[in-house]
Amino acid sequence: MNHLIPLFVAIPLGSAFLISLIKNKCFADSWANLATFSLLCLSVYSLFLTRANGTMVYKMGGWIPPIGISLVLDALSVLLLITVNLIALFATIYSLSYMERYTSKGKFYTLFLLMLGGMNGVIITGDMFNLFVFLEIASVASYALVAFGVEAEELEASFKYMVLSCVASSFVLLGIALLYSYTSSLNMADISRVLQSREEGKIIPFVSVLFLMGFGLKAAIVPFHAWLPDAHPSAPAPISAMLSGVLIKALGIYAILRIFFSVLGISQSFLTVLMVLGTLSMVVGVFLAIGQWDFKRLLAYHSISQIGYVILGISLGTPLGILGGLFHLFNHSVFKSLLFLNSGAVVYATGTRDLRKMGGLRERMPVTGSTCMIASMSISGIPPFNGFWSKLIIIIACIQAGHLGYAFWAVLASLLTLSSFMKVQRYAFFGKKKESSQSIKEVPLSMRIPMIVLSLICIVGGVLLIPALRNNFLGPATDVLLKGTDYARIVMENLR
Amino acid sequence: MIYLLCFVLFCIGLYCILVKKNLIKIIIGISIIDYSLYLFLILIGYRMQGRAPIHSPVQRIENMVDPLPQALVLTAIVIGLAVLALLISIAVRLYDKYGTFDITKIRKLKG
Repeated sequence: MNHLIPLFVAIPLGSAFLISLIKNKCFADSWANLATFSLLCLSVYSLFLTRANGTMVYKMGGWIPPIGISLVLDALSVLLLITVNLIALFATIYSLSYMERYTSKGKFYTLFLLMLGGMNGVIITGDMFNLFVFLEIASVASYALVAFGVEAEELEASFKYMVLSCVASSFVLLGIALLYSYTSSLNMADISRVLQSREEGKIIPFVSVLFLMGFGLKAAIVPFHAWLPDAHPSAPAPISAMLSGVLIKALGIYAILRIFFSVLGISQSFLTVLMVLGTLSMVVGVFLAIGQWDFKRLLAYHSISQIGYVILGISLGTPLGILGGLFHLFNHSVFKSLLFLNSGAVVYATGTRDLRKMGGLRERMPVTGSTCMIASMSISGIPPFNGFWSKLIIIIACIQAGHLGYAFWAVLASLLTLSSFMKVQRYAFFGKKKESSQSIKEVPLSMRIPMIVLSLICIVGGVLLIPALRNNFLGPATDVLLKGTDYARIVMENLR
Repeated sequence: MIYLLCFVLFCIGLYCILVKKNLIKIIIGISIIDYSLYLFLILIGYRMQGRAPIHSPVQRIENMVDPLPQALVLTAIVIGLAVLALLISIAVRLYDKYGTFDITKIRKLKG
């Protein structure tokens, strides 16, 4: 069954090639949706595969690692794969109507699938340099997608994003080069094995800092967040949903987790650094969000804040904290992409992103209004929506670990999130109707379906915590992080 | 010693990105950072008086150059080229819209 693993990269890359080759809009629409749908099926199937077989390793070209490149599928990768491909499927369905307003839909799908292929590659790879290559594939596609509208603001945002992201990639490459010169290996499991057999060198803290800067910039943790509020709102709505929903997690959070927990080995002092950075992102992001009047920009600032929750939960290092962090990662992908799709629907119908120019949209656009209401309550942590459960777990884990101060900041950030989303609801969906709103109609069916399905996931998301489901989905992923550098041994055992 | 030069080159590139106001100069800064990294990767694999790692039945290979970093550099150069092309094309589009390369004048986004 190992032969299924390369399909996660092969399907999107092959589809991107085909779509750019055959310049037919109908073909592009149907093929892109087919590709993302098959990827989602494949990732759900791989959940059962890893349950049955444990960690699976695929040897590229039959070369035995550490000589060849290996692809590793374990529970943490499966969690991320399901998240990424779920959001990708809804983004492509949404694009069917939404992207009609842009020219060259085929190019859009090509770039979209390249980005998806890069993200899936980052998630399943077991090789450091291969990780860098996939990281760059996903990033280059996302630079182009941010600038897709080729208006002045979009180009400016894209350039800013590109320069910062290039510096981040350089730091990552420098880190990989130093790691290679120290361990003479590029295979993650092998690097981890070599590092365990040696004494702690001076180079590892330096490499850690390089990786933290590089991947932290991709994840938009607070001191490195400046590009995100420009880049994410500038992209077309389905891409904003992908960027905020999954790209910062696949390229940023996942890479940090994989490298620090599984390869370099985590230390208490590093966890403390992550905890401080996470709390900082959480609070700074939400404070910056409150003052925004641009709907999409407000959502982008909330992404920074919610990423802070994920980092805080995971960096507690306790099983409950990691569970909460990973659960919040999944939940944030769902409700944040739903919110960005809502904002896209509002822009599609009204043509403006300014909250002050909207008003009374709830009557005109009932589906968008109610799904946005659900997503807002979910992100603010109101029971019984999924955001409530993951925030609750993170806060309980904070208290359990004795970090009362961090728990306080988490609660405060949650309250501020609630207040800023009340503002969105008050100005956009309730409030007085504007003169110009007479002609506003609800968006087409293919834009409504993803919003409805995502809001359903928001409502029932809490069931993932029921022990029967938790032991199959979130539990194993938590175990991967808790086992830490045992990763090397597990991968080596599964090579045969 | 030569590693130090690599590091100096990296810092020059970083300085260029941080300080310069012209889009094209920023792009040049990014290229300088890239080149310093390529140089660094090649130096990691280099051995004094090493030979090419090509197997031949008549000769025993000793002291050969590590070929892996060279393969990595080739890949990194291709990626760098793609990024550079995109950067320059966006810079040209920006010039069309704003009529300037000066980043202090390209400021429609705020907050």
